[in-house]
Amino acid sequence: MSVKLGLLALLAEQSMYGAQLRSEFEARTGGTWPLNVGQVYTTLARLERDGMVAQDAQADEEGRILYHLTPLGLEEVTTWWRTPVDRDETPRDELVIKLALAVTTPGVDVPAVVQTQRTATLRHLRDLTRLKVQASDQQASSDGTSNDLAWLLVVENLIFAAESEVRWLDHVEARLAAEAARPKRAVASTDAAAAEDAEYRTAAARSANTTTTSQGARK
Amino acid sequence: MTAPILHIVDVTRTHGEGETAVHALRGVSLDVFPGELVAVMGPSGSGKSTLLNLAGGLDKATSGQVLIEGDEVGALGANQLASLRRRRVGFVFQDFNLIPSLTAAENVSLPLELDGMSVKEGRRAAHEILEIVGVAELADRYPDKMSGGQQQRVAIARALVGDRRLVLADEPTGALDSTTGEGVLRVLRDRCNAGAAGLLVTHEARHAAWADRVVFLRDGVVVDTTGSPEEAETLLVGSGS
Repeated sequence: MSVKLGLLALLAEQSMYGAQLRSEFEARTGGTWPLNVGQVYTTLARLERDGMVAQDAQADEEGRILYHLTPLGLEEVTTWWRTPVDRDETPRDELVIKLALAVTTPGVDVPAVVQTQRTATLRHLRDLTRLKVQASDQQASSDGTSNDLAWLLVVENLIFAAESEVRWLDHVEARLAAEAARPKRAVASTDAAAAEDAEYRTAAARSANTTTTSQGARK
Repeated sequence: MTAPILHIVDVTRTHGEGETAVHALRGVSLDVFPGELVAVMGPSGSGKSTLLNLAGGLDKATSGQVLIEGDEVGALGANQLASLRRRRVGFVFQDFNLIPSLTAAENVSLPLELDGMSVKEGRRAAHEILEIVGVAELADRYPDKMSGGQQQRVAIARALVGDRRLVLADEPTGALDSTTGEGVLRVLRDRCNAGAAGLLVTHEARHAAWADRVVFLRDGVVVDTTGSPEEAETLLVGSGS
């Protein structure tokens, strides 16, 4: 999540000082992504440098410096609301990497890794569901402040993410079972890699003597 | 310590014999205490529904024990079993299973009336529980004039009417959309918070998350549970894994 865009969105409503931006951001996202004040001020400094925010000419009555959006900053926020969040960059997910390595590392009990994770994720899902019940009760009994709704939506998003993880783990398990039932091929992947490596070296040696590229010789 | 309402000890269930025997359950132990909702998850054929049927006396264990409030289900005769199901255990199914020619209140009071309670008393008990599950206004309505979510609330009321404290639910939200399903689970959760014991079979993690713990079955054995460590220990006894 870009802190920069979050701050710009908040400043689009009204001028605020650093600590206020931080507490507003946390209140609206239920404290799920805590910010520290330093992070807020560093980001503000960068935004100021880029001409997206500016300091008010005068400090408020308590001497705090308020920041406001410039037209360029407003344009940036407006563009953000209009465009989808970029999902092209694949985030580095530890669980995915762990399982990818587990299935390729000899001696790792992969079904146990899957089961251990699923239990932990189910427990997490249960805790999130309890939070959600609290959040929706709070929202139902509140006078309709949008922060309660925002928090509820954040919790529900985490629930969907946890559920998706459990479903993926179920799928991994089914896939592993199907794979285990399949007749094994004679050459294991590591042997195949070694064979390919040897072939590559032979080809490279040959290409040193001829005009053929090693890449071409491998094909 | 409070006694469990449902106490399952090292239960096996085998269909058929010899080489073609199918072992639906292979040494499962499980306790469900008052105030607790326990979810059972697992792939198809893992034994979830068999476990639920054994818990409700709809099926008999090949070995091991199933006790409901201290009474061994396997030792009961047909009449006693029927009485157990009318008085102590309630079922909630995916497709609601309400009787179409009876109103909500009549559906709910039926098990009580079959058990000898007067119609008047039965209806009073029915109205009470319908009020509790939030559908008092549907008392005189027939099932075909109710939404799926409303029918399922009535089914939960029927499962818990009278003194019954054990509710066995088999995919109770399977036929409902996500928001309605959630409302139904909330009713089930509230009833358990009020002292009932619930066993919920589901394949949806999001639904299982309403339970206090999730028991995971695979090939007829409990392979895992999300309970606290000491709970897990007692649960895993006899699981064979």
